[in-house]
This record gives sequence, C-alpha cells and structure tokens, in this order.
Amino acid sequence: MDSYAPEELLACVIARLLDGARHAAVGASSPIPAAGCFLRKSVDPAFRVSLQQRRESNPFTEGSRELFDLAGQGRIDVFFLGGAQIDGEGAINLVRAEGRRFPGSFGSAYMYGVVPRTILFREEHSRRTLVPKVEFVSARGTPAALLTGKALFSWQADKRRFRLESVHRGHTVQDIGENTGFNYDVSPACAETLRPSADELQAIRNKVRPEIAANYPEFAARVWSGK
Amino acid sequence: MNGLTSNEVGFFKNAEDLASRIPDGALLALPPDYSLVAMEVVRALIRRKARNLRLVGVPILGLPADLLIGAGCVAEVETSAVSLGEAGLAPRFTDAVERKSLLVRDATCPAIHCALQAAEKGVPFMPLAGIGGSDLVKERKDWKAQGNVVLIPAIRPDVALFHARWADEAGNVWVGRRRELATVAHASRLSLVSFEEKKPGDMLDDELLAPGVISSIYVSGLAHAPRGAWPLGMPGLYGADDLHVSQYARAARTHEGFLKYLDEWILTPRKSSSPA
Repeated sequence: MDSYAPEELLACVIARLLDGARHAAVGASSPIPAAGCFLRKSVDPAFRVSLQQRRESNPFTEGSRELFDLAGQGRIDVFFLGGAQIDGEGAINLVRAEGRRFPGSFGSAYMYGVVPRTILFREEHSRRTLVPKVEFVSARGTPAALLTGKALFSWQADKRRFRLESVHRGHTVQDIGENTGFNYDVSPACAETLRPSADELQAIRNKVRPEIAANYPEFAARVWSGK
Repeated sequence: MNGLTSNEVGFFKNAEDLASRIPDGALLALPPDYSLVAMEVVRALIRRKARNLRLVGVPILGLPADLLIGAGCVAEVETSAVSLGEAGLAPRFTDAVERKSLLVRDATCPAIHCALQAAEKGVPFMPLAGIGGSDLVKERKDWKAQGNVVLIPAIRPDVALFHARWADEAGNVWVGRRRELATVAHASRLSLVSFEEKKPGDMLDDELLAPGVISSIYVSGLAHAPRGAWPLGMPGLYGADDLHVSQYARAARTHEGFLKYLDEWILTPRKSSSPA
C-alpha cells in the first residue's frame, strides 16, 4: 500500500510492538499510541485498552489514581511515554530545557518504573529532542522501544543502549545519524519499516478511526479529513 | 474560614458569591480539565481579582490554571503538569514560568494522589514506590527517600473547588464516576461546589445515586451554575467546547491576546455566559 498517512504507519508499528500484551494504558494527549492500541485490539479482541482521558464510558471510576494503583499492582503491561527530550540512556525530560518550560512530568516518574513494557514515542526526530543527556530527568527506566516519526529503535538492556531497527519510508540510515543527538548501534538487519498492509489500513480507517475521533477530535480531523 | 464550619452547607446565590468564599492566598485544589471543573467560579475569581492563590493540580492542571495565572491571581502551583491537552501547551503558565514570575513545585501524578490520601486519613505522609530514578526526588526537599519508597507529605488544601451534575436539598453533590473528587473533598478543609441542577430530597436515600455522591459532611458551599463547566465538559450533559479551547490557546500565546480574551469572555458580564 502506498497511500497512507505517516500517523497510520506509526500506529501500525505500535500495534506490532504490542504482540503478547494483555493490557495497555494510554495517558494524556497520545492519539497515535491510542490508535496503535485499538489496531491491536482489532486483531486481538481480548486485548484491553484503557484510555485515561476517555470522554464517554471512561474505564476508571476513581480517576487517574486508579490508573496508577492498577499499574503499581502489575495489572498494566504497556504504557507510552514521550518527552521534550529523550536521551541515549532512555531517560526522558518533560519539565524544562534550554530555558523553556514544558508541561511537567505527569505520571511518568512512576509509570516508567512500574510498568514492564514502556514504549517511548516522540514524532519529532531531531537533535533537539534526541539528546546525549536530558537536562532534567522526569523519569528513568528500561524502555521496550523508541519510536519516532523517522525510525524505530530497540533497547539493548545489556549495553543500556539503543539499536536502530528500521527506518520509515522517505528517510535513510544516514538521515537518522544526522538527526540523532545520542550514540546508538545499527542492527545488521536494519531496513525500511514495514509499510501498513491493506488489512491494517482497512482496520485503522474502519475500526480505529471512530474510537480516536471520539477522544482526539482535532487529530482525527487532521489525519482522516480527506479519506 | 469566612465563618463556615464543616457542618453547615451554604447555598449561595451564584458563582460570584461562591468565589467570594475563597480568600486570597488560599491553597486551592482543582481537578484536571476532564474531571468537572467549576469554570464559572474560576471566571468569578478572576472578576473579583483574587490574588496569591496557591493552586494544587489533582493531579494536573489545565485551562482554569492558565486563566488564573494569566490574570495575575496565582503565586505558586504544585502540580504534575499544566497542559491544554489537544490544544497544546498552556501559554500563560509557560510564559509565567519562563519569565520566572511563578513558583512551580513539580510533582508526579501518583505523588499528588498519595499526598491527598495521607490528608484524608489524617496521617503525616504516605509512601510511594517506583519514582526513585526521577530528578523530582532530588528537587523536592520535602519528599524523603527511604529505601525503595519515597515518603510524600500530606497536602491539606484550604479549598477544593469543583463542579457537580446535581446538588440536593441536604447539601450532597453527585459527581458520578469522578470519584477521585471525593478524595480531594475529604482532604480539604472546605469544598466549594457549583452544580448544574438541584434535586429535591436527599440523594443518599437512592441506592443507585449514592455511590456517585459526595456527602454534605465535606461540602461547605454550593452555587447553582448551569453549564458551569463550559468550555470544559460535563459528561452525559454536554461535551467540551474544543473549538473554544483551541481559540483560547491561540489567543493566549501573547499577553495582549490573553487580555483581549479576558475582556471578551470573562470581564464583560454580557458576553461571559456560555452559549446555550
């Protein structure tokens, strides 16, 4: 399939990273991770997705306190974290950098430590966002992967270092090198990120889109307005 | 505070009257934008030129905090984040912090919940695991790392302010599934609540309504404010006005744009009420 939005590719990559998971929670302002989760659910109906800020039919009856208590008990397998800065050690910064203020750490300080599979996600892939060392550590942990708008990295726990696994269409391995501020390894099998299949795209547009539109209306209007 | 004791529930005339019960300098707990914010009372606080408020985000803050900060009502905030969600960064918060005119005590969501749970239990602190790797623990001198846990001191807000679907004649309020508001009501000295509609009788007599009720034990003041959460939502009754929030986010990128917004939507009474 050639005709897909970059956001649709990212949702597909996330869905593939969820293989074997039972329960993912999605925090504030994360439409692409949410789309990836609903895509996963379209092939595995038993997979549970808890959107913390779901507008209707919110799964929590004690607000975000319940989300963190669930995580603390090990009832959440997967969570997504981003950052104004992400460094080569997997630390994230949501507070301040280069004199600028960002929203704050949210629940990251806790979730990164207690949820077994944390997927780092940041669309912007630049030396500004992917830095050698964050200015402030909002949270530190063991990531499962780092997905950006340009590439997918895995995490090598033994070396505590990222490894480039695949590069999205339109970008090159050299591109990634020029736009990444930290050092990383490159997988010998590094290739283009697998494009969305026809089945995946159909599921995204038929099953995932209504869920996303109900909770992230601006995002849905931007990505799917012409489709 | 203002002669109110926790055994009297005052029905006040309107949001202005309720806002007048929140003294300057109060430690004021607010819910996040998705969880029943008393926006009409927040606008009334701006109109009465409240000063030196210390906001507590339970556990994060959004539009009401950005408005209060921009209007000069706030001296400091303790929160896990300030954000307008899909509409992006909270512009007046960001500007105030970058100009160093606002003190921020950065936290993380479960730490705020722990601090309020400690207050509702009347204990001095509550332990929290999992956050040891964060610089927050270094920065927060009042948090004590001990082994695998960090001891988070209780937060006892002066006032919890939120919006409810119903209030009844007994002074109870119904918040439905937003039961985390009960924790902040329990933890705070006073809870001031605006509401959509008044119900006759006592909701605690109704087995189906009772689980979503916060008892009048905790409620000190009530005011009728229909569509009082606008432009945020009241699930089941009206949704968030996303367009308005994104218009605000754009306007408030500059101080001048923010003042124009205040003038148009908050300070001029004729225009300040929400669209029907």
